Amino acid sequence: MTTFIVRRLLGAIPLVLGIATIIFFVVNLAPGDPALRFMSPNMSQEAIEQVRVNLGLDEPIHIRYVRWLGALGQGDLGVSFSHNRPVLDVIKELLPNTLLLSVSAIGVAFVLGILLGILQAVRQYSLLDSVASIVGLFFYSMPSFWLALMMVLVFSLFAFELQWPIQFPGTDIQSVDYTFLSPLEKVQDRLMHLTLPATSLALVLAAGIARYTRGSMLEVIRQDFVRTARAKGLSEPVVIFKHALRNALIPVVTLLGLYLPFLFSGTVFIESVFSWPGMGKLLVDAITERDYPVIMGGSLVFANMVVVGNLVSDVLYAVVDPRIRYD
Amino acid sequence: MPLLEVTDLRTYFTTDAGVARAVDGVSLRLETGETLGIVGESGCGKTVTALSVLGLIATPPGEIVAGSSIRFEDEELLEVKPARLREIRGNEISMIFQEPMTSLNPVLTVGHQIEEVLRLHRGLGRREARAAGVALLAEVGIPEPDQRFDSYPHQMSGGMLQRVMIAIALSCEPRLLIADEPTTALDVTIQAQILDLLVELQRAHGMALLLITHDLGVIAEVCDRVVVMYGGQIVETGTTEEILTRPEHPYTQGLLASLPGIGDRDVRLNPIPGTVPSAVDWPEGCRFRDRCSFAWERCTEFAPDLLPVDGGASRFARCWLLDRNDSLSGPAGEPT
Amino acid sequence: MTDASLSAVLPGFPQMLKGRWGVGGMSLTVWIGLLGVLLTRWARFAAGWGGPIDHQIASLTVVAGLLGAWGWSVFDVSRPAEMERSGIGQWSLAARAFKKNRVAVIGVMVVVWIYLIALITPLIAPHDPATQASLLTARLVAPGGEFPLGTDHLSRDVFSRIMYGARISLSIGFVAVGISVTIGTLLGAVSGYLGGWVDTVVMRFVDMVISFPGLVLLIAIVALFESNSIFLIMAVLGLTQWPGTARIVRGEVLSLREREFIEAARALGFGRRRIILRHVIPNALAPVIVTATLGVGNVIVLEAGLSFLGLGLQPPTPSWGSMVSDGRGYLLDAWWISTFSGLAIVLTVVAFNLVGDGLRDALDPRLRT
Repeated sequence: MTTFIVRRLLGAIPLVLGIATIIFFVVNLAPGDPALRFMSPNMSQEAIEQVRVNLGLDEPIHIRYVRWLGALGQGDLGVSFSHNRPVLDVIKELLPNTLLLSVSAIGVAFVLGILLGILQAVRQYSLLDSVASIVGLFFYSMPSFWLALMMVLVFSLFAFELQWPIQFPGTDIQSVDYTFLSPLEKVQDRLMHLTLPATSLALVLAAGIARYTRGSMLEVIRQDFVRTARAKGLSEPVVIFKHALRNALIPVVTLLGLYLPFLFSGTVFIESVFSWPGMGKLLVDAITERDYPVIMGGSLVFANMVVVGNLVSDVLYAVVDPRIRYD
Repeated sequence: MPLLEVTDLRTYFTTDAGVARAVDGVSLRLETGETLGIVGESGCGKTVTALSVLGLIATPPGEIVAGSSIRFEDEELLEVKPARLREIRGNEISMIFQEPMTSLNPVLTVGHQIEEVLRLHRGLGRREARAAGVALLAEVGIPEPDQRFDSYPHQMSGGMLQRVMIAIALSCEPRLLIADEPTTALDVTIQAQILDLLVELQRAHGMALLLITHDLGVIAEVCDRVVVMYGGQIVETGTTEEILTRPEHPYTQGLLASLPGIGDRDVRLNPIPGTVPSAVDWPEGCRFRDRCSFAWERCTEFAPDLLPVDGGASRFARCWLLDRNDSLSGPAGEPT
Repeated sequence: MTDASLSAVLPGFPQMLKGRWGVGGMSLTVWIGLLGVLLTRWARFAAGWGGPIDHQIASLTVVAGLLGAWGWSVFDVSRPAEMERSGIGQWSLAARAFKKNRVAVIGVMVVVWIYLIALITPLIAPHDPATQASLLTARLVAPGGEFPLGTDHLSRDVFSRIMYGARISLSIGFVAVGISVTIGTLLGAVSGYLGGWVDTVVMRFVDMVISFPGLVLLIAIVALFESNSIFLIMAVLGLTQWPGTARIVRGEVLSLREREFIEAARALGFGRRRIILRHVIPNALAPVIVTATLGVGNVIVLEAGLSFLGLGLQPPTPSWGSMVSDGRGYLLDAWWISTFSGLAIVLTVVAFNLVGDGLRDALDPRLRT
């Protein structure tokens, strides 16, 4: 098992390097001069050149590449043009918020999706199955940002207008008076703010997971060993949850890795809609402001989170399927 | 009282192409300690018969038609409560299947799968179950049983897995073991070992064995009595000796004739012409008539019943040839 | 009334009566729909021929659609009945399985109708999408009457904008998927067939691109290149989708590679290029078709996302995504702006997903859900 993990880790290194390289070249080969933002029309030519030198833009690209890689190795992601702070610090501040959002969304999505998928498989062709498939298809086809807006419309704005008992906040990660709340109220406040954003992300994901789980369960239920389990006199819940599900979940675990890029794309939208102070918002703002260090650093972090997620997914896969373990 | 008595079992499946009458009126009886063989080609309904006994037929497409009866000792299995049926499975009646490689759960150790049964039906604790399981593995001839207990199915060969299946089936000392083609998926040498194991265990535990196979050699080795199936029905019954030496039904005769003998080096094989018809569309009259060299008009018009054959107590064959008044006038003559 | 005469008056109807409600329904709805358009929009139709190119295309589509529906129905009625039923090739079997799938057939009908509507939009849109009506009285009007789905903050008719938006989404979807399928299939086939270091390099590259949150790459490229050209967007979208196709094709090729007919081709001395192009790729097409169809849905959502963030096509181009974004500021007061434009996205993507799922089920029973 440990050899398995080590091998996967080693294999990820060229991946990370490759990603860093792609990011560097995409950002630096794009048209547009980052020095422009620091210039005014009245600056002399020398001043402009000096700005360029300051930003390190005067050197040839391959030198800049090597420098950048070196800096990365030491954990230095450069200094943000907009924030005037080390990129690493900015990211460290905002990453936890994005993680909070993504992890809760993915958690809810998997639990909901798997349960629904099992239910549909066990009750194939029933009304529940058909309705769930149709509803699922709709959610699966929705842009997450639209779902988010609709949820804000109904559960935040309408709820306020119509004075419903439960109203969810539609913006930000915490209330204005957060610092004055008691610990319990703080947790509650966080949860309330987390609900709408995480749910809009989770629902779209859950629909896809449910479809996949249903398909996998249906296939597994037809297998010989399920018949053997019944022939041993095991009760139906044991047959379904212990024997069938453990096998059916194996491909679903790989979904975790597959959905991660999608999940992180989704957080970009959700953070934008809800003004959630996270990596997604940081990245979008940086792109509009041509904040190159943040663009590079942020993309790198995002992409690496995906790589880590894939690693976790691979390990989980080996945990769940002994045939992979003893490779 | 017979251990198992099946009366007029009908199991039908609803398919896109129509209703498949996989088992269409099968009756058989098994006494304690006896070995009964069910033999026939693929598609004749033997596996479905076995699955029906334990209620393992998937009921959306499948259905055991009303009027069927399966009595195990003094209980009617088709009317028993689901909880009771589950109690019987793996405990009083056990079953082993054809493909050992796919019949065991790939993500659980074989030991765990043996333990399961012991803990369910015998209420054993973890440690006792493990000890009993290891002993069972030893009994079925698996070397280093204590280590093998923690192996996964993909780490073992087909022959060993079949032994494990037998161990699981026997763990609660069932009175009846149903074996559906237990050796078909195995190498020839392993086949012999498994059969010997089955016979030995059967004698040791005083079990009845219902053995399903298409292989007459296996029948010859192991069975006391035989039932031949074709077209969802039983076409001949008798003791092993009677069936193998004096078959009455043309199908049985064809099966025996198609076996290559050891001395026949340059002789062509004698297959039965034609193929098994579809269960959705059994032919009118005798279901074997299209492939039978003795068929005449009566065979097309009327489906024969199981007619008694002189000489045996439970000796029957489903053939009009047994109902000729004049034993010399065959198909060419008019029935009188 | 004989079938022939019935089909000349109501194309598709006799086929529907015989139970072929898929093809029959398509024909009938096209006939009735386009006829209705012709009759109610006669003025525009006639004027279309002399107008800008998309008006000409619209009028042409009406004529072509009517002729097509009518012609097919009449021809079909005259054919002997058994011709349909025969055919055991892979595609005939798949076609028949597909037709049995009700939901998928509905999906196809919806897709066809969306395309038709997109083509004839100049004829049927009640208003021009960029025209701003009176900013005094027609701003943020609720749905109903003159403005079926309301107006937006610049007094533009939402319904018309949605219709024009369809053309954008569909064309971007088509082209982007075309690009991604071409690149993905070629790379996947070559990589899978040649194996060795080619395979390793290509697949590593695929892994890298897939690891990227597609959106991040997209917005980075679009923003950095500072261009809102529709071609750039199509190209970039295509470039983010090809790895998925490449992986699938490679998988198919790997299993095909060992099949006997490939060995036979090699034994006959065919070069690698020919084998890949003429033998391997055609047999690997089935999953590609499925992926392509489902990919259109994906691309439409991605493009909408880009526009939502303000990085897609610029105003006043009515991209559905930018409409959703426009409506954000007026969510409570004028909810219809965001809601209906988003619904348009959902319905379109649902239709493509239905078709894609149906194709997948029809082409490979093992994958049936």
